[in-house]
Amino acid sequence: MIRRLLIAAALLVVATPLFIAILPAIAADIAFPALTGRVVDQAGILPPQDVAKLTIQLAAHEQRTGQQVVVAVVKSLEGQPIEDYGVELGRFWGIGQKGKNTGAILLVSPADRKVRIEVGYGLEGELTDAVSSTIIDQVMLPHFRQGDMAGGIVAGTGQILRALGDDVPVTVPPPTRRQQEGNGHGSIGSILFTFLIFGLFIWLARRRGGGIGSAILPFIIANSWSSRGGGSSWDSSNGGGGGFSGGGGSFGGGGASGSW
Amino acid sequence: MRWSFSHARLALAGLCLAVVLSGCGVNEVPRLDEQVKASWSQVLNQYQRRADLIPNLVETVKGYAHQEEDTLTKVTEARAKATQMQIPADMLSNPEAFHQFEQNQAALGGALGRLLAVSEKYPDLKSNQNFLSLQSQLEGTENRISVARRDYIQAVQAYNTQLRTIPGRWIAAFLYPEAKVKETFTISQEAQEAPKVKF
Repeated sequence: MIRRLLIAAALLVVATPLFIAILPAIAADIAFPALTGRVVDQAGILPPQDVAKLTIQLAAHEQRTGQQVVVAVVKSLEGQPIEDYGVELGRFWGIGQKGKNTGAILLVSPADRKVRIEVGYGLEGELTDAVSSTIIDQVMLPHFRQGDMAGGIVAGTGQILRALGDDVPVTVPPPTRRQQEGNGHGSIGSILFTFLIFGLFIWLARRRGGGIGSAILPFIIANSWSSRGGGSSWDSSNGGGGGFSGGGGSFGGGGASGSW
Repeated sequence: MRWSFSHARLALAGLCLAVVLSGCGVNEVPRLDEQVKASWSQVLNQYQRRADLIPNLVETVKGYAHQEEDTLTKVTEARAKATQMQIPADMLSNPEAFHQFEQNQAALGGALGRLLAVSEKYPDLKSNQNFLSLQSQLEGTENRISVARRDYIQAVQAYNTQLRTIPGRWIAAFLYPEAKVKETFTISQEAQEAPKVKF
């Protein structure tokens, strides 16, 4: 018992400074929209069917590659240059896998007539500045100049995904059945696994009269639960974009901007 | 339980000590120091990236705009000066070296800005795919530089504040006497932009 208390206390000691360190990093002076899904349409210019279509494409891309691509249409940039707004928004939402920083944001502000592809550190090699710039200038801006905001955003997102390796035009899978199957399977599998490990260690602990088994047990359980959580972003986010969250990636200002 | 009671008490006492020490920030100085170093290497990284793009840019512009020999030479010279500078090991706490570095990079930024400005005069150059690609990469890199500089400034601010305020100041004097206040950027990114060229 004491040992477990010690472990818990030690974890607390390690974790507290981390939280304290993270807090001031959040930019307080810009009111960013909430990350409500893979497509955040604060300005309200995207028809629901486009939002649904994009969400499915983006979720399929994350499932295949682990990369998070997000579309953000904001009401205004609050007087910030779009480059600064984009970096801060990406860091605020934490788009992309933690440590790998594989995230990208297609940021559009119709009121400012500005668009930017903000690229996380980990994707700068594939979605280069030149590629981003070409997508904006040759694919998106022609739509935008004709007032076709939704068409430009859908086409631009498609090109971004293509640049990231979805070279086949993304086929739209019937989402509901696959999602439920995957979901149920994953949960049952990991619960079974947890029980199996649990049983094994109880057995070990009995045989040896508590020893290494009881000391490692909490870690194994915590581990199996946390890995379950980490892999589930697809499971939870497929249902219409609810429950989607950033993976903790960071941004360093890569990408390109345009205006019309 | 295999552990005897006294063992447990000893461990608990050690743990309490660790809590108290980490609570008052005994690790803050090295932690912030590492952050400063990490963000500084990002700054160097991005300046290097800019320097790497320049020879290609100069070659491309040369093909279209021979009469801008002077501007091109200035860019090449500024690049040489910026990349050949010896960076001393104590660079971050050495004001002279730091400001020399900053000035070299600012001069290069200015020369580069002038080059891009005069490029506007040549429609053929402006429609060249290679030039457009280089231009977008340069813009992206300038933006990365400004992000990296901002992160560095914030990291240094946190570090210097830790070193200069109590109780961080006492802790540092006692445990990290070698820790020194670090330099930060003084020339604003805007001031580095080239003057707008009118035609």
